[in-house]
Amino acid sequence: MKKIYTRPKSLKRTPFHYCPGCGHSITHKIMTELIDEMNLQDKTIGIPPPGCSVFAYNYFDIDMAESAHGRGAAVATGLKRAYPEAIVFTYQGDGDLAAIGTAETIHASNRGENITAIFINNAVYGMTGGQMAPTTLLSQKTTTTPYGRDDKIEGYPIKMSEILALVKGSAYIERVAVNSPANIIKAKKAIRKAFQVQIDCLGFSMVEILSPCPTNWKMSPVESWKWIDEVMVKEFPLGVIKDITGKKDAG
Amino acid sequence: MLVKTIIAGFGGQGVLSIGLSLTQAAMLEGRYVTYLPSYGAEVRGGTANCTVAISDEEIASPVASTPEFVIAMNQPSLIRFQNQIQSGGVLFLNSSLTQAEISRGDIEVVQVPADNIAEELGNRKSANVVMLGAFIKKSNLVSLDSVVKGLKDTLKEKQKLRAINKEALITGYNLF
Amino acid sequence: MAKVLMNGNSAIGEAAIRAGCQCYFGYPITPQNELTEYMATHLSRKKGCTFIQAESEISAINMVYGASLAGVRAMTSSSSPGISLKQEGISYLAACELPAVIVNMTRGGPGLGSISAAQSDYFQATRGGGHGDYRTIVLAPSSVQELADLTYKAFDLSDKYRVPLVILGDGMLGQMIEPVEFSYEAPKEPIIRNNALRGAKGRTSRIVKTFTSNPATVEEINWSLFRRYQLIKQEEVVWDTFMVEDAQLIVVAFGIAARIAKGAIKSARIEGMKVGMLRPITLWPFPAEKVREVANRTNYFLVFEMNMGQMIEDVQLALEGAGEVSFYGRTGGVIPTPNEVLRVISRLYYQKGLK
Repeated sequence: MKKIYTRPKSLKRTPFHYCPGCGHSITHKIMTELIDEMNLQDKTIGIPPPGCSVFAYNYFDIDMAESAHGRGAAVATGLKRAYPEAIVFTYQGDGDLAAIGTAETIHASNRGENITAIFINNAVYGMTGGQMAPTTLLSQKTTTTPYGRDDKIEGYPIKMSEILALVKGSAYIERVAVNSPANIIKAKKAIRKAFQVQIDCLGFSMVEILSPCPTNWKMSPVESWKWIDEVMVKEFPLGVIKDITGKKDAG
Repeated sequence: MLVKTIIAGFGGQGVLSIGLSLTQAAMLEGRYVTYLPSYGAEVRGGTANCTVAISDEEIASPVASTPEFVIAMNQPSLIRFQNQIQSGGVLFLNSSLTQAEISRGDIEVVQVPADNIAEELGNRKSANVVMLGAFIKKSNLVSLDSVVKGLKDTLKEKQKLRAINKEALITGYNLF
Repeated sequence: MAKVLMNGNSAIGEAAIRAGCQCYFGYPITPQNELTEYMATHLSRKKGCTFIQAESEISAINMVYGASLAGVRAMTSSSSPGISLKQEGISYLAACELPAVIVNMTRGGPGLGSISAAQSDYFQATRGGGHGDYRTIVLAPSSVQELADLTYKAFDLSDKYRVPLVILGDGMLGQMIEPVEFSYEAPKEPIIRNNALRGAKGRTSRIVKTFTSNPATVEEINWSLFRRYQLIKQEEVVWDTFMVEDAQLIVVAFGIAARIAKGAIKSARIEGMKVGMLRPITLWPFPAEKVREVANRTNYFLVFEMNMGQMIEDVQLALEGAGEVSFYGRTGGVIPTPNEVLRVISRLYYQKGLK
């Protein structure tokens, strides 16, 4: 019999602690599949953030190091500069990358650091219990916007992909979602391209992933998938936002 | 013995560079020496100064609150530092750019028309080095040879500049 | 190598390069810019080496963390306000047992303070500085030559114990120019620590982290750190003394203040006062035992610092109530003169009826 499916080699045999329907598990799986497919397990170093994915190192069977909140891009910069042979990615949430770590992210991108940011946008602070994120949608209720996010008080959902696309040192920026089989395949393709951009030393790459958080959105997993399609994508449209590789398609 | 000198003037008059030459010469003579520049926002455009301490033993503080010598290359430096000089100390004035109204009788004042002399030599920018020449002769802090040797070390490649500086230095030295 | 004239900041840079520092990350702040500029000029062009002017002090220390993960010798420098910003990163370095050299050319504080020299970051440096139970080794040089010599030592000690290390200088040491001689030759091959994070090639994957959901594990991390700190306290205490043998009064001072005090003590000796000095070179670990030993000979101590009185607490702790400890300090960036300290010494000497 032909084996057509197996657990990725780079994914440890540890059950995920993530909530049912969480986008982290899906993203971890496609990333580890890619690390296997691209033969990167022995040279990839991941920098997970404080947040729900702080335990990412329990699942990825690669070298990993924790980072202070928001500092992933700076840590990755130091690591990659000291050891350029490594493939270095940060794995960051919206609070991490788009609030406390905005400066680190923009400047790493602007220097064209050869690193890849995997940016999980679920419009909420997950681990701390569902507070407003910089990407929380207008009128979206969180524990710190109990009456809904009001632009007059809390401002607007910030669009990091579009901001980073303006920065000259960025090479490849795409926004994807992990809320349907078709979207998951696209997400995997985007991450593959981002890694390839790093391998080719073209500069900073980032994949923004719209990711369901059923627990903090107070929805069922199925509802949360729908909410991404029906609400979130309107504020954060999917697609390639910047690509300097031209026609070269690594996928 | 510990001797401290403050050298002050406009930024661009080369006060820091003659301070360094003096420091270099003292080092070549095997003395203990420290050089402390003024730094921060005040040196951008305004008055620059540095303190050189030369001694036969370890130097406790590179700061001079009551220096033995002050070189004032311009009027603001004269006003600022004349009261700090130790009783019995010497004030070296660039008389080309200062109007001396010395209100102390307990210090010696040495007038050196440094800019005029430098201009006669054909390079007004070397006024600082003319002053340095006069200073080392009068103060007897370091030898002329050491300063010349120091110039050789710091201006390795710049033959022409070295020649100009040497001439200015010796002219200043021979004033007294 | 012959002596050269160099300011303190540049001397640290040259010594760091000779110690095998491969990565420097900095951010402009007076009075330490010459170090950042020195590295920009001299480190950035060296093969395999990195210089980055970061977007903030926070980024700079986190870049150091990244480079240290990769197993290379890395450093950053700043002055007081910038060092406050780096504390987060220093705590993570300590927690993850990563070596790093952090230079603080202290200026007057609190707040933006002044750009002149001060020693008011003593507590911050010697008590860890950031959150959590940890210590950093703290070295306090008092001349440009010692800045260079302690910079070599800093990298070696930091690597040996896998702890971040702080060189606590001050604005004056950074700015002043003195003759300096460099005794180290830069290593031919890069120095790579053997526990570096360089991809799981030929070994199982490795995780560098502290966070766990089990407090007992974090407690064990703390114990492991503190066992190492005990070892450092045993092995690495360094101090200097000056004329303590017959001294009736001992001045305790560090860094540039010790140098000023030494000038005052020499004058006091000429006037017949039996005064000596104990100068801690490692501020942490603090030479407590040496303080006690000196206290066998005299009861009278004068702690002199360029702050409102910080190291005095370590002196008092060391003496455990024995001895009489007086304090004299200037702060905010005011540089006291040797004469000023001499006056304090004389006053104290006669007030206490010393002969």
